[in-house]
Amino acid sequence: MTRIDNNAVSVRGLVKHYGDTKALDGVDLDVREGTVMGVLGPNGAGKTTLVRILSTLLKPDAGEATVAGYDVLRQPRQLRRVIGLTGQYASVDEKLPGWENLYMIGRLLDLPRKDARARADELLERFSLTEAAKRPASTYSGGMRRRLDLAASMIGHPQVLYLDEPTTGLDPRTRNEVWAEVKAMVGDGVTVLLTTQYMEEAEQLASELTVVDRGKVIANGRVEELKAKVGGRTLRVRPVDPLQVRPLAEMIDELGITGLASTTVDAESGTLLVPILSDEQLTAVVGAVTARGITISSITTELPSLDEVFLSLTGHRASAPQDATPADDRQEVAV
Amino acid sequence: MSAATAPVAATAPVSDAPISLRAHLRHTGALVRRNLLWIRQDPESMFDALLMPVVFTLLFVYVFGGSIGQALGGGQDGYVQYVIPGMIAMMSMTLSQGVGTGFSQDFNSGVMDRFRSLPIGRGSVLFAKISVELVRMLFATAVLMIVAVLVGFHINHWGGLFAAVGLSAVFASSIMWVFLTLGVVLKNAQSVQAMGFLVLFPLQFGSSIFAPTNSMPGWLQSFTDYNPLSTLADAARGLMVGGPVAHDLWVTLAWSVAITAVAAPYAIHKFRTKS
Repeated sequence: MTRIDNNAVSVRGLVKHYGDTKALDGVDLDVREGTVMGVLGPNGAGKTTLVRILSTLLKPDAGEATVAGYDVLRQPRQLRRVIGLTGQYASVDEKLPGWENLYMIGRLLDLPRKDARARADELLERFSLTEAAKRPASTYSGGMRRRLDLAASMIGHPQVLYLDEPTTGLDPRTRNEVWAEVKAMVGDGVTVLLTTQYMEEAEQLASELTVVDRGKVIANGRVEELKAKVGGRTLRVRPVDPLQVRPLAEMIDELGITGLASTTVDAESGTLLVPILSDEQLTAVVGAVTARGITISSITTELPSLDEVFLSLTGHRASAPQDATPADDRQEVAV
Repeated sequence: MSAATAPVAATAPVSDAPISLRAHLRHTGALVRRNLLWIRQDPESMFDALLMPVVFTLLFVYVFGGSIGQALGGGQDGYVQYVIPGMIAMMSMTLSQGVGTGFSQDFNSGVMDRFRSLPIGRGSVLFAKISVELVRMLFATAVLMIVAVLVGFHINHWGGLFAAVGLSAVFASSIMWVFLTLGVVLKNAQSVQAMGFLVLFPLQFGSSIFAPTNSMPGWLQSFTDYNPLSTLADAARGLMVGGPVAHDLWVTLAWSVAITAVAAPYAIHKFRTKS
């Protein structure tokens, strides 16, 4: 098949309905070869449906999609040979040891026995799992599981790799580990389609970003462009006395010195998250804290939250409830 | 990371040739190995195959054996000769169910999505499941025969024993396609098990497995006579102990072919299109 462009993934007008729910409602997407495309959106935005269609696990109701030049509907078998899939849904066999998982996938990808063994050894080494090679995957920690997932999806030297929320549910340290692995894989020239709920993850890994909501693309472009467009930051303020967090939040909301969204309290870490749009607002928040006589132990600026991104791009909050917030203390990028 | 275009396009185009028989066998082999490794990781999963033949044989021989044997005219010993071939048939049916529940668990664990996103024939996954279940069944049958001999069963024809086990395996593999279909269609392993029980229970007891059918009411006899488990049990009995075989053998084989011809393509289709 002749390739008319250098897009590794090309999606046109993709539609998928589940009863009355439009999981995908006319999605267009292009991923250039060798780049990382981030697909950012809340739960229920259609991210996983998109990945499942592009992996031939699901048939679209309308629209077209090609991956490495192969049509998802007409050439599913060839397409499966050039993709790797890691995500919430495609996982390894928990009952099998890590090595056996990789060996099995090697054999299913038609590697001769010797090559399948060598590839399993090589990937376990690369993802620092050699020590755990003989243990069942069910005994692995969250981070080890994700690394094994990544290794499993790399066995066939895929041209296009789908990472479906690769770090959801991981603690910050493990998340950084997974990011480092993904960056190394990207360095090898593989094209990546990454879905995520975290602006921070998109910024870390992706060069381009597509923001989706309710099955529709609401924005796309280079990550820096979108960041500039959103313009916001999140200010994290930690009073010495955790009891001061709520009164402080109420005061800042009353003064109206936030960006588009209002303040959020992160009770677990005893911090207050204030979305801000300008340095003036930052200064005003500091002024308010001082005026109130509250002692703070730290104040830092972080990337805008998904909510802030959505408010600035669409004028409404991220539509679906965020029921899958990560089990860590960095929810600023999630909600 | 750099946005520069990497030279991935240079990769040779993927062949669109259909999957060869050798490749099918390779894939099935890799998946059989996976299912056998499960048993090694979790030997408890063999408990049913180990204990069921023991418990059922002792139960039927010592609880019902005396009275049914008396009616048969041979006492408990006569009943042993009657019921053991039937137990082979029963055992193969009950263990066949496992194929459906195991399959359902795979679907809920996400490993199925990995398999279905790989360039392998869809049938491989199903064939592998059936192969391993047949291995479990042979193991259970071996246990059954040991218990049978201990309670006084005489194997009159060794060749007949192997033929009977083979026939059970053929029929069981056809029934497994039905359970695989349930495993794909139903939501969880519990539903598969409940449904399997509903299908199997009347078939097993409304048959000549445990007692001759001639004392049953006419309407029930017309069911039991066409029940493939009756013909399977009767064929096994004829093969192992002696007596007429041909009719029951052919009817059982015809059922196996018919069930497989309908259920196998349907199971593969459902597996392929499950979203």
